Amino acid sequence: MADDDDRVFRAMADPTRRFLLDLLFERDGRTLTELESELEMTRFGVMKHLRLLEEAGLVVTRRSGREKLHYLNPVPIRLIHDRWIDKYTEHHVSALVDLKKQLEERA
Amino acid sequence: MTTIETNLTTQVYRVYIKASPQAIWDAITQAEWTDRYGYGGGAEYDMKPGGAFRHLSSAGMRAMGAGELAVDGEVIECDPPRKLVQTWPMVMAPEIAAEGFTRLTYEIGEPKDGVTKLTVIHDLEGAPELALLVSGSMEETGAGGGWAWVLSGLKTVLETGSSLNDPPAPG
Repeated sequence: MADDDDRVFRAMADPTRRFLLDLLFERDGRTLTELESELEMTRFGVMKHLRLLEEAGLVVTRRSGREKLHYLNPVPIRLIHDRWIDKYTEHHVSALVDLKKQLEERA
Repeated sequence: MTTIETNLTTQVYRVYIKASPQAIWDAITQAEWTDRYGYGGGAEYDMKPGGAFRHLSSAGMRAMGAGELAVDGEVIECDPPRKLVQTWPMVMAPEIAAEGFTRLTYEIGEPKDGVTKLTVIHDLEGAPELALLVSGSMEETGAGGGWAWVLSGLKTVLETGSSLNDPPAPG
């Protein structure tokens, strides 16, 4: 469990990898070639980042004919969210968000 | 309908669960389990190709005015406890029901050190509203967190025996 979280946080600690996740969030199921075209980086570099994302479970690949498609998998982030932000804390978080809204409206 | 921009036609979700393939299969296909995570409500399967699949609305959904059935589909292919392919037409909300059939696949892997890989593939071609719902994009509106939330709840129920949906302890 802790190892899994470490992999997720390490994978997300890099701006290029977050950018790759953002790209897949915008449009899922892309090929390496499509993703590579969005980055100023060698194909090998992009592959390395994708492999780390895949090891962290944040990207899942599936074959479609001759192509390998990359999908964003939000489940590992959800697991961290659900374990850390339980219903009790969520109540306090939303109370703080409400307070922030009220204060900003007044300003 | 212009769906060119929303290329959310297939969504893939994966979770690793410390449980046997059979336990995961049961948690997906048996009502006493399905009522305990995600959207809740009992699932009923006639487990054979062409057999009926019905997912009943949870007590909470019915209290908010939902009908008896949340999803009303059929089994396409089944290989317990490894693979289940089915249609997944959500009938609860009229605008989503109008989008028609979507195809859902569960793939359960070989366990490794007691941990089993579960992959959910939802083919959502022609169903942009349902795609938004199951991606969790509508959670802020109280529509639940989609597949990521459902699978997180499934993992918790199987691994801890307690449900994320249980009311918080008083105090």
